[in-house]
Order: sequence, then structure tokens, then C-alpha cells
Amino acid sequence: MSSQVIASTKSRARFLTEAEVSEIEHEKTLYPDNQAVGLEALKIVQNYQGWVSDESLLAIAEYLDLPVADLEGVATFFNLIYRQPVGKNVILYCDSVSCWICRGDEIKDYLSEKLGIDYGQTTADKEFTLIPVPCLGDCNNAPVMMVGQDLHRNLTKDGIDEIIDQYRNTNA
Amino acid sequence: MSRPPLDIGAYEANDGYQSLHKIAAGMSAADVLETIKSSGLKGRGGAGFPTGLKWSFVPHGESSPQQKYLVVNADEMEPGTFKDRLLMEGDPHLLLEGMIISAYTIGASKAYIFLRGEYHGSVKTLKKAIAEAYEKGYLGSNILGTEYDLDIILHTSAGRYICGEETALLNALEGKRANPRAKPPFPQVSGLWGKPTIVNNVETLCNLPGIITYGIDWYQGLGKGADAGTKMFGVSGRVKNPGVWEMPLGVTIRELLEDKAGGMQDGLGLKAFLPGGGSTDFMLPEHLDLALDYDEISQKGGSRLATGTMIVLDDQTCPVGMIGNLMKFFAHESCGFCTPCRDGLPWVDAIFRDFEAGRGSEKDLNILREQVEYMGPGRTFCALAPGATAPLGSGLKYFEDDFKEHIKQKRCTYKN
Amino acid sequence: MAKIVVDGNEYEVNPNNNLLQECLSLGLDLPYFCWHPCLGSVGACRQCAVKQYRDENDEKGTIVMACMTPASDGARISIADEQAHDMRERVIESLMISHPHDCPVCEEGGECHLQDMTLMSGHNYRRYDKKKVTHHNQYLGPFISHEMNRCITCYRCVRFYDDYAGGTDLSAQASHHHTYFGRHEEGTLENEFSGNLVEVCPTGVFTDKVFSQAYTRKWDLQTAPSVCTGCSAGCNITPGERYGSLRRVVNRYNSEVNGYFICDRGRFGWEYVNGEDRVQSPVQVLDGDSKEMSDDAISALFSKLAEGGVIGIGSPRSSNESNYALRQLVGEANFYPGIADDEHAINQLILKLHKDKAFHSPSVREIEQADAVFIIGEDITNTAPRIALAVRQSVRNKASELAELNNIPVWQDAAVRELAQQERSPLFILSNAASRLDDVAQQTFIGTCAEQANFAFAVAEALEGGTPAGLTEQQQKLLPEAVEALSNAKRPLIISGSSNGSIEMVQAAANIARALSGDEPSHLALMLPEANTMGLELLVGPEQELGAALKRCASGDVQGMIVLETDLYRRAPTAEVDNALSRAETVVVLDQMRNATTQKATHVFPVTAFSEQESTYVNYESRAQLSFQVHQSVTDARPGWKWLTNGNADINSIIKDCSDEAAGFGSLDGLVPRISQFVAGLKIPRQSHRYSGRTAMIANRNVHEPKQPLDNESVMAFSMEGMPAMKDASILGSTWAPSWNSNQSISKFQEEVNGELKQGHTGTLLLTEKTESGVPFQANQGEDASNSDRLTLSLAFQIFGSEELSARSPAIQKRMTDAYVALAPADAARLEISHGDAVALDGGAVAVACIREKISEGSCVVHCGAQINPHDLAGAVSLTKTSESLSGNGLSCLIVSDLCEESY
Repeated sequence: MSSQVIASTKSRARFLTEAEVSEIEHEKTLYPDNQAVGLEALKIVQNYQGWVSDESLLAIAEYLDLPVADLEGVATFFNLIYRQPVGKNVILYCDSVSCWICRGDEIKDYLSEKLGIDYGQTTADKEFTLIPVPCLGDCNNAPVMMVGQDLHRNLTKDGIDEIIDQYRNTNA
Repeated sequence: MSRPPLDIGAYEANDGYQSLHKIAAGMSAADVLETIKSSGLKGRGGAGFPTGLKWSFVPHGESSPQQKYLVVNADEMEPGTFKDRLLMEGDPHLLLEGMIISAYTIGASKAYIFLRGEYHGSVKTLKKAIAEAYEKGYLGSNILGTEYDLDIILHTSAGRYICGEETALLNALEGKRANPRAKPPFPQVSGLWGKPTIVNNVETLCNLPGIITYGIDWYQGLGKGADAGTKMFGVSGRVKNPGVWEMPLGVTIRELLEDKAGGMQDGLGLKAFLPGGGSTDFMLPEHLDLALDYDEISQKGGSRLATGTMIVLDDQTCPVGMIGNLMKFFAHESCGFCTPCRDGLPWVDAIFRDFEAGRGSEKDLNILREQVEYMGPGRTFCALAPGATAPLGSGLKYFEDDFKEHIKQKRCTYKN
Repeated sequence: MAKIVVDGNEYEVNPNNNLLQECLSLGLDLPYFCWHPCLGSVGACRQCAVKQYRDENDEKGTIVMACMTPASDGARISIADEQAHDMRERVIESLMISHPHDCPVCEEGGECHLQDMTLMSGHNYRRYDKKKVTHHNQYLGPFISHEMNRCITCYRCVRFYDDYAGGTDLSAQASHHHTYFGRHEEGTLENEFSGNLVEVCPTGVFTDKVFSQAYTRKWDLQTAPSVCTGCSAGCNITPGERYGSLRRVVNRYNSEVNGYFICDRGRFGWEYVNGEDRVQSPVQVLDGDSKEMSDDAISALFSKLAEGGVIGIGSPRSSNESNYALRQLVGEANFYPGIADDEHAINQLILKLHKDKAFHSPSVREIEQADAVFIIGEDITNTAPRIALAVRQSVRNKASELAELNNIPVWQDAAVRELAQQERSPLFILSNAASRLDDVAQQTFIGTCAEQANFAFAVAEALEGGTPAGLTEQQQKLLPEAVEALSNAKRPLIISGSSNGSIEMVQAAANIARALSGDEPSHLALMLPEANTMGLELLVGPEQELGAALKRCASGDVQGMIVLETDLYRRAPTAEVDNALSRAETVVVLDQMRNATTQKATHVFPVTAFSEQESTYVNYESRAQLSFQVHQSVTDARPGWKWLTNGNADINSIIKDCSDEAAGFGSLDGLVPRISQFVAGLKIPRQSHRYSGRTAMIANRNVHEPKQPLDNESVMAFSMEGMPAMKDASILGSTWAPSWNSNQSISKFQEEVNGELKQGHTGTLLLTEKTESGVPFQANQGEDASNSDRLTLSLAFQIFGSEELSARSPAIQKRMTDAYVALAPADAARLEISHGDAVALDGGAVAVACIREKISEGSCVVHCGAQINPHDLAGAVSLTKTSESLSGNGLSCLIVSDLCEESY
């Protein structure tokens, strides 16, 4: 794989951490080429950094010798790769049909009002980012949302208060 | 989950991995293929294609590539669908056992599980199960003393509905943008990294161990109607007891909806339902006594069994809003490759938003009708947009009055 | 052949193609976007929907995409079917929902495929009344402008740029209706074929930034069929002129040469034609003062020069006609090539090899078909870029083979790429530093010219069954791989050339090709440095050396010299040129631009640029091509031959004379169309039938309507009158057909899609007679001249900067690097030189140091550009840091081949 370069990008890439590198190296053993590892590396870096900054993107592209334009094409395609900073807690709120039928939209309005943010936004204190997600596969417990890796089911307005307070307190 | 997942000991105690011992004792790949073909098993991912037939397209022999792949489609993202997660989190070894059977049959030495990125619970159970299976010699080299080797790699998706389309899934697995690929060539011939590949749904694979362990007759006897075996059926929406149940193919919709799901919540009536996830046509109360099998649902119900997870619309929820919710989903999840889907769905979505906001018009209603045909099967590159036209087209037909009322009253008539 | 039925009519078609391609070949109008004749099908746009019927009893039919459906025998389709028509109209309607409808201010307007297809599909009224999607645009460098809001998401740009041309810095981003095509951040599009995006994009997303500076609608441009003079590939182009200035260059289809694509040097390197550095009028220089010459004085001067005692220096960038006229004027014995002596010797060897029965010099199309390629020393990306693009396609022949094995039609572009993955036909590259084709090479070998030649000789020896001795460990590993690939290939191709000044490389290339030749000659492509090097070399003998000419001048042996379009300071050591020019009594220089040689002349005559004259050039494969005059020069320039014949010839007579009298040029005259061949003897107009404002052309200066300029020599007219180049005409400047205003109209002029132009010229090969039966050359064990102090020197070339005239175009200058000397890290460390330091070569010429991983220790590679005379450099140089600095872009425009291995 070769890339032609006019001006160097290396100076702007951040250094990958040892942990990131070791996880990326492990992924290399699972896939026959670096392109496949590229998408894995985006997830790994995001796992550590919270999101994929320009500097991270360049670092991965250089580490795996992938064209940065292609990697950007992949990073911007997928829903769960964040190319903008997100809050400490990413709330994936199901806006799909079963939750909607079960009045998930009303709960979402309440949540938005409580946090003062709409979809795609982050609270001023950088605690929460609210992102819509299409169906979390727990439709018998609608409405549902996921905060970090935790699934919260059968949401009610009171429940929302509790959940949000719980994360606020944990982080405090 | 209602119970913790079975560990490998408990699983084995319940006849788990018996099929592999049976195979190791002397079933060739051709024998297994023949058994699965004869069993009548159809793919449980939505399309209902005969599983054995699909496998038989994998080229064998000297001139075909030695490397072949099995890929598990565990990217459950169809709106209102929540069956595969249950299987993976409840019975991870059942999936692994099915995978080993499938991979052995097609000659794959490597299998990837393409798992929905948000399914963190499934990651945990599958990781543990895979480690246990390696430890017990069901995975790795010389499985159960045979010449056969298999490695299973768990891959979590970075999130796109289109990855449920098997060729888009392969592109995602290769680290590319998940646009679907042209068919032909089918993945069975040129799939993952250009090599012969079988993509099977989680539930399909979970059917395999029983077929091998207990035989074809046992399996076919499970079905009540035309189709063999059981299926995971789910109900969501405002019913008393939403959930997922494994039931024989061929039970009636009424049994599922009333006996299992407990019927509608108090004070609500049944207006309509989508029988198998967000990309199936609406069915009406008059269809309640139809049997849940592939042919009856399509021939008499005008819809598709698809994932078998039913979404119920009650009479106090706006059908226009429900379809609008689905259209927003499909428009967002379009990969952007072909024109009707990429540019047609956002238009449809925008029209629904107008209806919602009281700006619906006859002109736009007509455009919706046109789009149903324009985005239909054969017109688009893959099945995403045609899937969207299923609830849209049937909804326009069944709920025309609701659309017109929105136009007339310049508001959603289900809201105060 | 297969029979298909389209709307009730039966046609014979090629079943290996898809229905869309075959419909277009049949001349039927079927709209499309994502399909491109050279890029195949992907089925993205859904525009080419047709109705397909199972059999004659099937009345319902199903909608299919013509581009994704094979034209199999018995296929029955309808284009006219109402449902199919509706589908196509709907597709356009949705493509247009976010399109800005800014045609009046869009530069694509008037030659926009989207406009054409919209009309063809019958979409007239916008029904979409919701919010449009908008995008940010990016700065993409000096060549290309970006307007993403016009995008219809056909994916052609990335398919051309990435998949076809090997670019890495343009990608599809985001998804659904927000899909975006751009770089990962703003910056210059780096690929050397980026300009083709302008033509590949079916609408105005990528437009020609240089053209923008003085934009004119397509129909207002005066055009004629022309040939690019940027290198020896001989790509066909269509320049466009308005108000006396050249405005743009676009690709002109030639099935055997450039097909649909040209390089960025060819597309953007023409601005010098309008430059202020053009020689404006004939002048005599007396005591440092220039005095414009009268017609009588000019006539007297050339009459006197014709009397004899004068030597002439011909030019590899001049037309055959001018070189021939000069040779006639001074006599064969006094006619010398404006080519350095070592290069001249190689060029003459190349001529000889052309006549050898063992070899065939392949066209660009034939190069694309090679199934194993071995390149020796020639950096084709920078010396003949279009050839590099063809080699990049050749490695895909493996993919086509695999596709055939798996019953996948080759036009299923995405499927074939997916199937083949990294499987490629073998490509081996021997070079002095990393090259831009390395990414698709099976193996590369980096070494000095001598090391490359020695290894190539060894490959030839091994192919002949020998066991070469003295190979390094790396070479021992490479050798069997190369031998196996070449011997197993059905269509092997060897590429080398004269740019390095190493005759051994060309000899070794010939040996390999000879070893591979059997009953059929083997393919040997030998690149020449300039547009008409071949034409000039055909007019001179091997013994006519420039060095000898300069000596004759210096000795006072001759009364004068005529220098035709040659800057001697780029061709011979500075001291020798100084010496010769100072001794000659009369130095007549004919050239387009002022340069170091015109400075020393006693008489300077302006000559026409490529677009201002009708002329012929001979490319690397001995293909002579006729290039028509596009416009009149606003200076007093005339073609060189016009001055040299003292006005006593016209273009037809000079071509005829050259054809009759110059050995090897016999078929040249056949290139010139005869007016008698055309309908009613009507000339071919250079102006379109929509050309506007003709009578007001100079209204800002004079309201009197000028008489339309006459062209008494050519079959073309400076007017709208005449019979435009339609289907059956051989003169096709700008293509246009009813309903087809864009360049996609080309299919209306081809015998079939991707085929030859109807009755059109693809040029004529001059060297077709194979008279020689050569023998292998003795391997010349060249020794490198390096020692601890001095580094063996070879030359580097840059697509932007190495060619003399294009390097004087402002857009090209923005992409040019300063003169540089590339060296290995170990040598740099030893000499205490850092990357970017100014370095003196042997204490003289200054270059920027460029440290590269992929370069042999003990050697250096020097790019001279216009800043260094390469003939002043020795075979080995010492490098010392200097405080002097260069005035240009430094190394910032350098395209290195591999970021990770190059220490930037």
C-alpha cells in the first residue's frame, strides 16, 4: 500500500498509546489485511479517547499505512464512530418504532428538557451526549435507552430522573 | 434476560454439542449438507431462503479457493426485532454449535460473528462461550479428533442497519464503507475478501444442532403447517405481555398475539400489525387466524413472515406517525449508494414530517404513492428501500382515511 | 454475436457487454450516470432503467438496469416502455432534489451530462419543495474547483481517481443523502490525473480552475483537433480559444493512444501560450539593442542564410515541418539535433530497434493489455504520465482472468475488484528511487543506472537460459521471480527510455525483449523525452552530434547558426554553448518563449505555439499525428517552417515535400485530409453552430465588424460556416450530437463504445518496415564513479517542471518543486546534510536536499528543472551545504511515493 503525499501529515498525528497499539496489533492477527483492521482501530481508539479526533485519524492511517481519505470515508459512514467530541456518558436513545408506539418520544422530550440538549448535542458540563439509535433489540421493554454500555428499560419520566442522577453522582 | 446463559457444562448436560460428536463419528460434509437440505430449514434472517440450497452453491474442488468463510449475521437492527439477542445471551453455545456445523459443511476454517455494536451483553456471553468451546476442543485445531480446524472471531459492528444486508456486511467486515455489492456474483462464490462465503443468521444456525442431533423427522414434526421446525416469534407494542417465544411454524397469529402476548392493553384496540419487523407490510385484525408460516403470510396476508417479530399498532396511536417513524429510520440508514433509496427516502421522510406538522397535502400524498413504486423491488440496488415501501405502501392503502384527515384538519388527529 | 430485440427491432450485439453499452454502441439514446465506458458498471444511479421481457409472450416485463444486465442472446428489452420511462424520470427527479439548479453560473453548463440526461428523461418541473441538503466545498489546489452542492452522487469521481488512477486522497464520505466526495481535509488533489475529474464528473462538482480564470462556454470556444506536446505519448487533445487567448485543454478521444484520459501536465500546462514571455515580433539585436525587422530585412536575411555556410539546430519540440524546413535550408550535413549527445546516441539506438524484426512498439492501448510488465529506469509517471496510467491498468488483467474463471463479466467493475483483491498481473520496476507505480508493483529494485542495467542484462541472460553471475542477494531473489513472470506471460512488455542518458538500460531492455520474442515480435516500449524527439531523430543521422555543431561554431568554421526552438543551455554544457554562441557571427533563434539562448541571439523570430499552427508530431511508437491550428497567434509568430522557407511554402506543400523526400516520412502526407473528401468541398468550421458574438469580437476596440480571418491552407475554417464534424468526418475537435452536449457524446462518433472513431485517424505509424535482425547486446559492466566523497548521480524528473514549456505556465508552477538532490539517510548523515538544506553540487549549482529511504547509498538523484543545466553535472558529485537559497516552492510540492518509508 502506497500513498502519495505532498505535505507531511505526520507532524499533526498524535501518538497512539501502548494500550491502543497492543489492541490494534491483536486485531491484525484476526484479519488478512490492514483495511479491515482500520475500522477496528477506529473503535479501539474511540474506546480509549471517547471519540476519533483528526489527530487520531491521522495516527491510525499512518500506523496501518492506509490512505487517510479512505479511513475518513469509513469513519464517517458508521453510526457508532464519533468524529466529534462526546460527553462522558453517551446516551443512545431508541427512536425506533416499538419504542415510539410505547410513547418513547414523550420520554425523550422529557429527557431532552432535563438535560437541555437535543439529539447530536452535548451538555455544557460535558457529562452527556444524546444520540438517537435505531432499535436496541429490547422492544418488549420499550421504551429503552442505553447509557454507556448499560441498557435501561421500560423508561418513565421518574425513571429518567433517577437514571440521570445516578450517572451524575457516579461521575461526581 | 430472564435467566443467566447456560455455561458449557449445563449446555452439554442438555444434549449440547451432541451433533458434533455425531458428525465426528462419521458424517461427511456432504452428509450434513444433504441432511440440512432435506430438513427444509429456511433462513431465519428475513428472506426465508432454503439454507441447504444456499450452502450448496459454495464451490468445492481443486480449482476453487481453499479459503472459505462462514459469517454469522448477528447484526440485529430491524426495528421491532429482538430475537437474536435473546438467543445469544441465553444460549450462546447453541449458536457456536450451529456455526461449527455450518463451517464444517462448507469447508470454512474461519468464521466471523458480525455482532451488533450495541449488544454489549451478547459480547460478554459470546466471548465466554467461545473461550469455553476452545477449551473443550470444539474449536481450534483437529476438532474432536478430526482433521477439521475452525477459528471463530467475534466482530462488533460500528453500526449501520445496512450491514444486515449480507454483502454490505461483508464490506463492513473488510473495513470498507458498507455499501451492498452487486449480485451476482453471490457471496457463496465471491464473498469475504473475494473468497466463497456463507452468511447465515443467528437463528438459522441455532436450528442446526437439533436437526443433526435429533434428525430430520423430529425437526419436521416440530412445524405445525407447511414449514419445518420452530421459530422465534416476538410481539412488541402496547400489548399486555410483550416478549419472544419459540413456537412451531404454523401456529396462528391469534395464538401468538392473544395467548402469548396477552392481547391489547386495557382500553386499546388492535388497529394493525407488522408481522415480521419494520420492513413488512401491515396486516389487519382480519388476518389474525392466518398461520405463521412463510407462504400463508405472504399469500393470504399480503405481507412477509420475515423476522417473525410482530409490531402491534393500537387504535390510539397514529398510523401516519408510525409509518413516518419507520421512514425516518430507513432514510437515515440508507447507505447512499443508489438513487431511489438515497434521495427518495429523505423526500418521503420530509413529507411525513410535513404531515406531522399539519402541512400535509394531496400533492404530497400522491408523491408518496409514486415513491412506493419507484423504490420497489428491482428498482433499487438492494432490499433496503423496497423494505421501506412495505409499510409505506400497505399503510397508504389501509390508512388512507388517516392521511386524508391529517390533510383536512391540518394536524395529527391522534394528538390533542 | 448475440441477437437482442430493443423496442421491437432486432440488433446484433456483443454478448460479453452489458445492455447499456450495447444500446449506446447501436446509437440508441439511453440515459446513464454511474456507468462510464472506461470504468464499467456498478449499478448505483439506476438511471438506465429499461423494461426486460422473458420472451415474446411476456407483456408485463420487469424493470432492470441496462448497465447491470448482460446483452445475452435473445434478450428483449424496451427503452420506450412507459414504466421504464417513468422510472428514469423519477430517478432524475430525485437526483435533482438537492441540486442547486445553478446552471447559469455553473461552468459545466452547456456541456453538462446532467443537463442532457435531465432533458432526455423528460423531467421538467421541480415538485420537491422541502429543504435541500447543502455541503461545504474544499480547496483542492491550483487545478480543480469543488462545488459539492451540485453532486448527484454517481460515485464516478472516486471510481476514476482511486480505482482507475491509483489516487489515495479523494474518498466518499458520510452516507445516505449526505454522501460527500472530497479529501479528508482541504488541500491539493495529489494524483497526476486529477484533471480528468473535470470530464469524468457528469456535472459541475469538479471544474477546471485554470479555465475559470477566463471562462467561456463550450459553444463559444474555437476548437480544433490537436496533439499534446507535453511528452512523447502523443495524447490527443482539444484546446479551446476565445478572444485570441487559449482557454483550456480537454481530452480528445483516440482509441489507440489516450482513450478518455490525459495527464495534468497536458491539461493544465498550456498557459505559456498566452504568456508575456512569448517572443512578440522578429527582431535583430545590434549592440544590445533590439530592433524590429522589416519584411524586406527578413527576406534578405533568410536569402543570405540559404546561400550556405550555416548550421541548423533542430528541435525535439518542433514539428516535423519546421525541422524538415531547417534541414532543407542548411543541408543535411549542417543539420544537427538540439539534443544532448548521450541522449542522441540512445535515441538513434531506439530508432534502430524500431526497425528490428524482434520488436513491436506497443500503443497505449496495447500497453494496457500487457499481462506482465518490466520497467527499466524510466520514471514514466514523470516522463510520459499517460503511459504510467496504462501500466496501472495492465496489472488489472489478472483480475479479468479471474473474473472469466468465475463467470463474472469484466464490466461488473466492483465485483471484479472484490474478487481479485490484491491479485495483480506482475509488474517489476527498476528505478533510482521510489516511483509512483510501486504500489501496484510485484517487486521493485532500487539502484544506480549501472546497477539497474546490469540486473536487466542478468534477467535477459537468465531468460536465454544462462546463469548470470555476480548478483547481489536481493537480485538473486528477484531474478527467478521476474524470469518466471515474463516467461509465463502471454503479452509481456518491456519499458525503458532515454531520459536517464543510460544506453545500457535500453540495450538491456532490448535483450530482455529479444529473449521473449518468438514468431511474433515482443512488445518493447521505449520512451523518448519530448513530443517530437522521434520526428527529429528520423531527420538526422547518428553522427550528427550537437557537441560537434557547437565545436564547429566555436572554431569559426561557420558563418552562422540557426537555432530552432532549442534552449541550448538545456542541451549542452554551459561553457560549450557560451563558447559557440560568442564566436558565431549570426545566431538566428526561432522560438516561442524568451530563454537563455534567445538572449544571446543576433536575430530572434517568434514561432507559433502548438495551438497556433497545423503540424505533425511523431510519438514514441513512431505514430505520426496531425495537429490542427486552433487559433491565430496574437503575436507576429509564424510556424518555424514559414520563416525558414521565406514564405515560399504552405502547410500542405511542406508536409508533401517532407513525406516525399525525408526517409521514413513516406506516410506523413496521408495524414492530411483533402478538401475534396468533404461534402460539397465545404471546410470544417472551428466554431460551433452556437458560436456567439462573432461580429462583436473586437467591439471594445473598433465597432467596425472585421472580416472573418481566412485560412487558405487548412481544411478547417476560422468560422461557423461549413460542414461541422459530424458522424462520418475524420476531423473531430469538439464532439457534439443532438441531445448530447457533453463529452459523453463521444459514443455517437465511435464505431462502438470504446472502439475507433468512425473513419477517424488514429495516426499513422512511420516505422512499420522491419529491416533489421539484431543480436543481443553485450552486457556492459558499467562501473559507478562513486567514492567516499562523490555520489553517483542520476536524474529525477517531475511531471510538473521537467518539461520546458509547460513549466512556464502559472498553474503548473504552483505544483513545481525547486531543483533538488535526493540522497540516502546514511550519506546525508555522513555529509551532515539535513532534509531541506540548500546544497551545492560540486560547489556550483544549488539544489535542495531531499533525504529518501528508497535510494542506493553512495548515489544521489538530481531534479534539475529550469534551475540547473544537467549537462554541467558530472557523473558523480560532491555535496556541500551552502547558504544560498532557491526562489521557488522548495520541496513542498514534491510527491514522494511512500510516506511511511520516506522520513518526512
